[in-house]
Amino acid sequence: MAKYITKRLLYLLFSLYLIITATFFLMRLAPGNPFTGEKQLPPEIQASLNEHYGLNKPWYVQYGDYLVKIAHWDFGPSFKYNSRTVNDLINDGFPVSLFLGVEAILIALALGTLLGIIAALKHNKWQDYGAMIIAVLGISVPSFIMATVLQYFLAIKWHIFPVARWDSFMHTILPALALASTPMAFIARLTRSSMLEVLANDYIRTAKSKGLGQTAITIKHTIRNALLPVVSYMGPLSAGIVTGSFVIEKIFGIPGLGSHFVMSISNRDYTVIMGVTVFYSIILLSAILLVDIAYGFIDPRIKLTSGKKGE
Amino acid sequence: MKKRLSVFFSMLLVLSMFLTACGGFNKEDKASNESTKKGDSKKSDVPQEMRVNINSEPFSLNPGLANDATSGGVLLQTFEGLTRIDKDGKPQPAMAEKITHSDDLKTYTFKLRDAKWTNGDPVTAEDFVYAWKWALDPKNESQYAYQLYYVKGAQAINEGKAGADTLGIKAVDDKTLEVQLENPTPYFLELTAFYTYFPVNHTVAAKNPKWYAEAGADYVSNGPFKMTGWSHQDKITLEKNDQYWDKDSVKLTKVEMYMINDPNTELSMFDNGELDWAGSPFGTLPTDALKQLKDDGKLNVKPIAGTYWFKFNTEKPPLNNVNIRKALSYAINRQAIVDNITQGGQIPAMAAVPPSMIKENKKGYYKDNDVEKAKEYLKKGLEELGLKDAKDLPPITVSYNTSEAHQKIAQAIQDMWKSNLGIDVKLDNAEWKVYIDKLHKGDYMVGRMGWLGDFNDPINFLELFRDKNGGNNDTKWENPEFKQLLADSAKESDASKRLDILKKAEAIFMDEMPVAPIYFYTNVWVKKDNLKDVVTSGLGDVQLKWAHFE
Amino acid sequence: MEISKEKFQIVGTRSTEAEKISKPSLSFWKDVSIRFRKNKLAMFGVVLLILLIIMAIFGPYMTKFDYRTNNLVNTNKPPGSMHWFGTDDLGRDVFARTWQGARISLFIGIAAAAVDFFIGVFWGGLAGYKGGRIDEFMMRFADVLWGIPYLLLVILFMVVMGQSLGTMILAMTITGWINMARIVRGQVLSLKSQEYVLASKTLGAGLQRIMGKHLIPNTMGPILVTMTLTVPSAIFTEAFLSYLGLGLTPPLASWGTMASDGLPAIKYYPWRLFFPATFICLTIFAFNVIGDGLRDALDPRLRK
Repeated sequence: MAKYITKRLLYLLFSLYLIITATFFLMRLAPGNPFTGEKQLPPEIQASLNEHYGLNKPWYVQYGDYLVKIAHWDFGPSFKYNSRTVNDLINDGFPVSLFLGVEAILIALALGTLLGIIAALKHNKWQDYGAMIIAVLGISVPSFIMATVLQYFLAIKWHIFPVARWDSFMHTILPALALASTPMAFIARLTRSSMLEVLANDYIRTAKSKGLGQTAITIKHTIRNALLPVVSYMGPLSAGIVTGSFVIEKIFGIPGLGSHFVMSISNRDYTVIMGVTVFYSIILLSAILLVDIAYGFIDPRIKLTSGKKGE
Repeated sequence: MKKRLSVFFSMLLVLSMFLTACGGFNKEDKASNESTKKGDSKKSDVPQEMRVNINSEPFSLNPGLANDATSGGVLLQTFEGLTRIDKDGKPQPAMAEKITHSDDLKTYTFKLRDAKWTNGDPVTAEDFVYAWKWALDPKNESQYAYQLYYVKGAQAINEGKAGADTLGIKAVDDKTLEVQLENPTPYFLELTAFYTYFPVNHTVAAKNPKWYAEAGADYVSNGPFKMTGWSHQDKITLEKNDQYWDKDSVKLTKVEMYMINDPNTELSMFDNGELDWAGSPFGTLPTDALKQLKDDGKLNVKPIAGTYWFKFNTEKPPLNNVNIRKALSYAINRQAIVDNITQGGQIPAMAAVPPSMIKENKKGYYKDNDVEKAKEYLKKGLEELGLKDAKDLPPITVSYNTSEAHQKIAQAIQDMWKSNLGIDVKLDNAEWKVYIDKLHKGDYMVGRMGWLGDFNDPINFLELFRDKNGGNNDTKWENPEFKQLLADSAKESDASKRLDILKKAEAIFMDEMPVAPIYFYTNVWVKKDNLKDVVTSGLGDVQLKWAHFE
Repeated sequence: MEISKEKFQIVGTRSTEAEKISKPSLSFWKDVSIRFRKNKLAMFGVVLLILLIIMAIFGPYMTKFDYRTNNLVNTNKPPGSMHWFGTDDLGRDVFARTWQGARISLFIGIAAAAVDFFIGVFWGGLAGYKGGRIDEFMMRFADVLWGIPYLLLVILFMVVMGQSLGTMILAMTITGWINMARIVRGQVLSLKSQEYVLASKTLGAGLQRIMGKHLIPNTMGPILVTMTLTVPSAIFTEAFLSYLGLGLTPPLASWGTMASDGLPAIKYYPWRLFFPATFICLTIFAFNVIGDGLRDALDPRLRK
């Protein structure tokens, strides 16, 4: 176990190193000087700005500095917002995004498994079709369209929720729902197919012949076994939540890291793009590692020592 | 079935418990804050609380560093300069009580009134000296320091060629400020209302060099409002400043400025009653909504001092030929662009300087969409170039920075030139920073650009084209007569004579046509019906000092 | 009723008929196709996809309007007999643009899947077949790349290299092929030790022949499934990038750019969002059910 985790950690670090390096050099290729403006700056101020942001040093020094800084959890300053650093953006934005993300994951898990279970228990009945239609919609509608449509009907037309911002708990429901729609659909499909598989097993038949009620069978025997694939989906799920948050946070005006990231893309605020990319990579890689380890604990059939993913 | 339902509900229950637990933990102090404040305002009939959207985080709320409209929109409420633009667009004494100037308009003396900073300190002449010198110090990297170049010695200091002490500003005593200028500057009192000229509390700033980074005890200002909350990239909260000298004029008790970067969401929030104002100058309205809003009679339109134009690179054939340039410019149907693409009530521009500075420019120097004239000029131009047909012209490329609005306009004009003159042009777009580099380097043929006035005087538009290699000329155009007229205008202290000189200069400019003006910018917005006296200036600034709900 | 002996007759054993298979013999692929055709949803997906492709090919020619010509006096017209899907904010015909957009969106999806296919099959096939050190090295490399968050990398590429069709496909495939490589490797690993491969080897077949004749055809099933599921994810990604302002630059139109342009107009000119959004959803739906159907049809465990 320990050996496996160390091995995985090493991979994680190497992946991270690659990401940081790729990000750094890609950003250096980016066209345009960060301080180019409509009104040209006096060379003295340009020089002073370059010095402040370390742009006057040769690239290998900048690269080394960047690696050292990241090792110290320092993602550098923002070009666009004076006196703000990428760390500030992360510290302010990430808790909001995390809250939204956790809320969305909970909604996705609760509704997704529920739909999946209903569909499996009522296999080939209208409940099954109904649940799967919802699931298919969730998968095939891009999140920005889903969010806009939800906002249009639930907030603007029917005034059930506020349109935007991040203030009270009511404000969080609509964006979380929009963010949850795609993963919910995936989870529903996963749950349904694994439930169907489990339901076909002999021990279910045994339980039935013992006279156990449908509910007891569902809860005691089926769900536990059927939810294992859902656990393994948690890794990709967190990635989906992160990227989904870019769109959702922008549409709902939520001051999370996702909307900061999107802003930095349209502002071409390169240090922020770099810093947030690296930060997200750290988060996602760790999430996937954690899920894999957790999966090993939950399902003793999986031997972690093999160290091969997806086999 | 019942049991299954209960499973579902217990799941929901667990979920909602978890969520409320997290939510409560996060939002507790905010919520209690808000409820107490709401209690206060209920005493008056209508709560004097305003909510606007300012799109994005301001670049900086230090007046010396701010360089964008968003920061300006906050600073104008929280700070006050020597002068303030009044409801009619005229500068009035503000921090200054009495203003005198020498006959040559090169020395101004400001007598300060007894005003206080939000922390109770008096506003002194030293605060202005400190602020201006700080902004000009190249070490401080102010990208708007050039706004101060009218002050004697400012440019040399900003370029690191002279010490800060050579600046033409002197605190004669605590309440008297004397400013020396480079040239006679009849519009100087407009400049002193601009945020780069605002004072900074020098004792606080000396103690805490990052005083402007957060709201709090060190964020000291002297305007009608004080900033009580700054949740970055989320919202700024302003409250009425009880230390303000003219606090009786200030009616709003609280202003909340949200930072939502989505015009649709902004308008939807307004429709839902979550905002009191949507659109410029604070935020943006979605173009697709403008027609409907106009038809409903909700849309407010106000022209501002800005021109959208296509620059010609006058060194690239065939654009080095003035008749070709004129043909292209005359063949544009500006009304169609304004009506169908921008839709914000913009005014077709057949002149360079906005009508708010030169009244006659509403009509301009020629007729919009004058295809006949355009064809004549084209014919003349082709003759001069020794060509028979428009098809023989060297290929022309129109450049714009990547954005849907610019692209639509470029496409429309491409269409007009094709159908009116038979000239085929190619379109080319680039990212803003790359684009602006290309323009400055002269690596373009026709390029779209816009200019928004920094202060209310035609010189601000005309001096862009003073020198061939000037920072923002880009057209490579230069004309000795034009240059002479601009120089003459600087020495003329009589306002109406000076305006005539500038008009003459503009006539030359429009005759040589190094740019084809397209339209004059406007601000468009919607607001709550009972919100009154929000003052928007011709420069596109906005002031809430007098704003109130009825 | 009396049963007399005379009523019976000894027919003897007919050895030929005992071995006879009553059903016609089925190759693997025939079997798959029968099972696939029984899947109504999947067949519906196929029909839908064929219709979409036909419209993508012929749609732009069915109207007299061109997808890029502006008509400023005819902007934002609702669907009608002139413009079947209405017009957009520059007066362009939405019908023409929708099918022009279909071409681009489908092209992006199919191109991404094709590039994934070639790199993935090459990399995974080689790693699986060679085994040992080479396999170890090649798959570790893939593992490291696999860790890189896909969309972040795509965004980074679009920001830096500019927004063109080529960049977009490049960015999407830079880590997209890994999944394919893994699947191919897994299949090849399990297949290469099978007797028929050994037999072919002992008969002197070279790497190319073994790969081309035996290994790759037998891994086609999972590859096909992966490819059908790559297409919708690429179309999705394109739409997502368009929303972030990193999509294709005009006048090129894809469903993604059309939908994100139409988004602000939902309240006023809903057709500008409705048509591209509907077709994105239909296409993704079609590919998803086809992919699911293929997987079910290929998976022998589900044989009943």
